[in-house]
Amino acid sequence: MTAEHKARVATTWLDGCSGCHMSLLDMDERLLEVAERVELVYGCLVDAKEFPEDVDVTLVEGAVSSEEDLRKIREVRARTRVLVSLGDCAVTANVPGMRNPFGPGPVLERAYLENVTLNAQIPHGAVPALLAESLPVHAYVPVDVFVPGCPPSADLIFSVIMDLVEGRLPQVQGTARFG
Amino acid sequence: MSDEVRTLVIDGRDVAGASGQSILSVAEESGVFIPALCHLAGLSEVGSCRLCMVEVEGTARLVASCVTAVEEGMKVTTTSERLLAYRRRAIELLFMERNHVCSVCVADNHCELQELAKTLGVTHFELPPLHPACDVDATHERFVLDHNRCILCARCVRVCDEIEGAHTWDIRGRGTGARLISDLGKPWGESTTCTSCGKCVQVCPTGALYEKGRSVAEGKRHRPYVPFLVATNALGTGRQL
Amino acid sequence: MSTIEDARAPGEGARRRPPEPLVPEGERRVSANVCQAAGCLSMQSDLVLGALRDRVEAAGLSDVAVRRVGCLGLCAAGPLVEVPELGRLFDHVQPDDGAALDSLVTTLSGGEPGGQAMAKEPFFSHQVKVVLERCGQVDPERVEDYLDAGGYEALTKTVTTMSPEEVIAEVVRSGLRGRGGAGYPTGLKWTTVAKATSHDGKFVVCNADEGDPGAFMDRSVLESCPQQVLEGMAIAGYAVGAQHGYVYVRAEYPLAVKRLNSAIRQAERSGFLGKQIAGTDFEFHVEVRIGAGAFVCGEETALLASIQGGRGTPRPRPPYPAASGLWGRPTLINNVETYANVPPVVMRGGEWYGSIGTGKSKGTKVFALAGAVVNTGLIEVPMGLSLRQIVFDIGGGLVGGKKFKAVQTGGPSGGCLPEELLDMPIDYESLAQAGSHMGSGGMIVMDESTCMVDVAKYFMDFCREESCGKCLPCRAGTVQMYGLLDKITRGRGTRHDLDTLQSLAEMVRTTSLCGLGQGAPNPVFSTLRYFRDEYLAHIDDHTCPAGACRLDGGER
Ligand SMILES: Cc1cc2nc3c(=O)[nH]c(=O)nc-3n(C[C@H](O)[C@H](O)[C@H](O)COP(=O)(O)O)c2cc1C
Ligand code: SF4
Ligand code: SF4
Repeated sequence: MTAEHKARVATTWLDGCSGCHMSLLDMDERLLEVAERVELVYGCLVDAKEFPEDVDVTLVEGAVSSEEDLRKIREVRARTRVLVSLGDCAVTANVPGMRNPFGPGPVLERAYLENVTLNAQIPHGAVPALLAESLPVHAYVPVDVFVPGCPPSADLIFSVIMDLVEGRLPQVQGTARFG
Repeated sequence: MSDEVRTLVIDGRDVAGASGQSILSVAEESGVFIPALCHLAGLSEVGSCRLCMVEVEGTARLVASCVTAVEEGMKVTTTSERLLAYRRRAIELLFMERNHVCSVCVADNHCELQELAKTLGVTHFELPPLHPACDVDATHERFVLDHNRCILCARCVRVCDEIEGAHTWDIRGRGTGARLISDLGKPWGESTTCTSCGKCVQVCPTGALYEKGRSVAEGKRHRPYVPFLVATNALGTGRQL
Repeated sequence: MSTIEDARAPGEGARRRPPEPLVPEGERRVSANVCQAAGCLSMQSDLVLGALRDRVEAAGLSDVAVRRVGCLGLCAAGPLVEVPELGRLFDHVQPDDGAALDSLVTTLSGGEPGGQAMAKEPFFSHQVKVVLERCGQVDPERVEDYLDAGGYEALTKTVTTMSPEEVIAEVVRSGLRGRGGAGYPTGLKWTTVAKATSHDGKFVVCNADEGDPGAFMDRSVLESCPQQVLEGMAIAGYAVGAQHGYVYVRAEYPLAVKRLNSAIRQAERSGFLGKQIAGTDFEFHVEVRIGAGAFVCGEETALLASIQGGRGTPRPRPPYPAASGLWGRPTLINNVETYANVPPVVMRGGEWYGSIGTGKSKGTKVFALAGAVVNTGLIEVPMGLSLRQIVFDIGGGLVGGKKFKAVQTGGPSGGCLPEELLDMPIDYESLAQAGSHMGSGGMIVMDESTCMVDVAKYFMDFCREESCGKCLPCRAGTVQMYGLLDKITRGRGTRHDLDTLQSLAEMVRTTSLCGLGQGAPNPVFSTLRYFRDEYLAHIDDHTCPAGACRLDGGER
């Protein structure tokens, strides 16, 4: 199969632990199978600076927690045909969302002031500002496929990708589980 | 309760139960799965989670199968598009009500709510999380109560009252502000009624009650022992089952 | 002074009473009835009573009786003083308004008649008083007044001349339906309880929890004529075979509790409660139980749990209270107004009662008319009157000549009816068909400045606060529906939110355990049915047509 017939697939990483990307790599030798059908055009696994136009499928890991996450996901959505929320953080906000009952202020204080002995200060400017709440991806942009799991298993991710490149709607209901 | 036989149809299958027996209990015995979270064989029924609602031919309303007695000739449908949609919504309401984070929960992989979400095909939530501020009561020397994971099924309340006979637990407040309390609101560790038997921990469907020292995904339960306890309890007191 | 003994002798003895404080009955020429129910009391009508007594005494008017009475109906115009013999009603009588009090005294002394002529007042046209017949006529704290007005004749007739079956037959014939909300046929309920077998007694319970926002029908009846309710309960006790009754009143009604307690004591002293009622072997005892003001405790199974000292949460039915109620015994539970209808039904016959009203909705209904109408207050109308007659004739139209928008009936589980339905007759069936229901009798009129989405949100707020929290759909569903409505009123809602709201409302209605959750989505359904364009205006155009919502709009 030539490069023109390959699906243009991207991954992106918002507020998450990278576990979903690790699980993706856990596909092991099946990665070769995927590589035959897919051209990876963007993500932390390839060297591309700009999120490209005209992407067939994007797998998003992580919740939307900062202004930068929000900017990114809007751009991703605009340039993607099928957006997949991959993993609990993208689907439910999961661990990043645990700060929501308290709000960002107390969390920053705990992390950068209370538990710091040297030069305690809340960073600003250099890192993107936190949003009031950490929310799932579909709170901001429409999502086409939800794949819960923390992380989703490599088998599941494999079947989701293969379903999509072959033009089927992935059936995760009944197999995928939170946690 | 007289033990007359009642025959009925559940999902097209002919089944039989005793008069006074609930639809849910007959379904369980016949191997038909009806989801439920507040129900636990051996405890009294409260009919509060509403997951076990089923369709009965001839009635427009749905009935809670845990508190509806079987009747001769009844035709029960336990699954339909509508029921499935309601059940998924109920699961969603539960997840959004408190702070359920399965990935870091002691009950991960041993949780009835988590498992039910999977079985019913819940993959995401449309409603916003309520994110209430919830306490964790770790004052008991052996157990922990984490309100973040409590679904107010009241199994603990019932097992403690009906089987252990201690009545340590109750529920205070109303609406989403309802909270499980021990000894009229004292910290669990200061309870004078709790015998530390651990029955409540065993019947908890989620990660709300667990043994100290257990970490993420280590909260396995020894569930089958509840009906066993009921049986021995009934033998001891001569109470009819 | 009558003794217990002669009061117990039916007929004659029961009629005797201590002398009037000011003027003996026979010599009284006119009376000034000063309303001492909650509405007027909140406007210091107690001071009016005192001031008027002082002035009448100072003027030496020995033939004038200044009396304490219950609700006179036109609450918005209080404090109210009625001079029934002259057919005059004085409104807005302030205790410190010397001129007004003087003109009242002039009227009483036979001078130029002041006040409004009552017959002309449109508020009283169309009204038919059965439940409220003696409200505003009798002193609620004097059983003698009640007896004078024919009180306890029905009970005496019941226990001395009728069999329980005959009493029930009369109630069945009347077509009376429960006034607490659901409109269940009262005669049928009584029959069920009467047929239930019990080795250790049955109970009669009066539901006076009245928790609907804006409703004060039951309160007024209890504050104005508590004896009529007690009489109804005693008749019910006789009919179903119960010897004990409870009145469950919310703690927010201290005056009703006080008057009830005093009424019970006086009825016992006069031989109409307690043992050997009206000289027969029938005994009936009534106790008052006070609720902590949770709306859900008006739901019958929650109410019974609360009387038993438990947590006031509903339980699944069946078993119904009629089969297994208080302490597992057969229990009759009816609303205040339902019981108050019973003595007239027994006295004048079920046929007479059934001649009032429409097809399946017989008799009268008391409404608490509130909101944007000129004459707010307590009204009693025959079933079948149109909304228009209530709003525009009795209610006197809208305040400030504003445009009518909707009338809300049925409380937090009711609905909003639009202008097109103004000519609809008020009865159980019509209201239900229109997506609302009778409820307990709250009626709130809304003008053009009311936003219907905001109204739905208001009632949802009420329900999420009052949900007992036992069952999931109501506990969490009302909170989520409130959130969606709030989002829409802020101009942040989407069409998708509207779909979610609708499907959630459907789920909560169908799966909730009790009437609170099952009814909570109703304001949403009815406003969506008649005022969908208002929802869409908030969503699509980010505007509130009524100008009531503050939209902060913008994207999320
Ligand atoms: C949430 C809820 C609140 C209720 N509140 C009242 C109330 O305040 N007063 C009342 O009479 N009935 C109330 N009811 C209705 C009662 O459950 C019951 O039907 C009624 O008292 C029966 O009396 P009736 O047949 O005379 O109407 C309520 C029902 C529900 C579900
Ligand atoms: S209790 Fe169950 S559903 Fe809740 S977080 Fe824990 S594992 Fe997940
Ligand atoms: S519907 Fe609401 S009020 Fe009724 S039992 Fe359920 S939670 Fe309680």
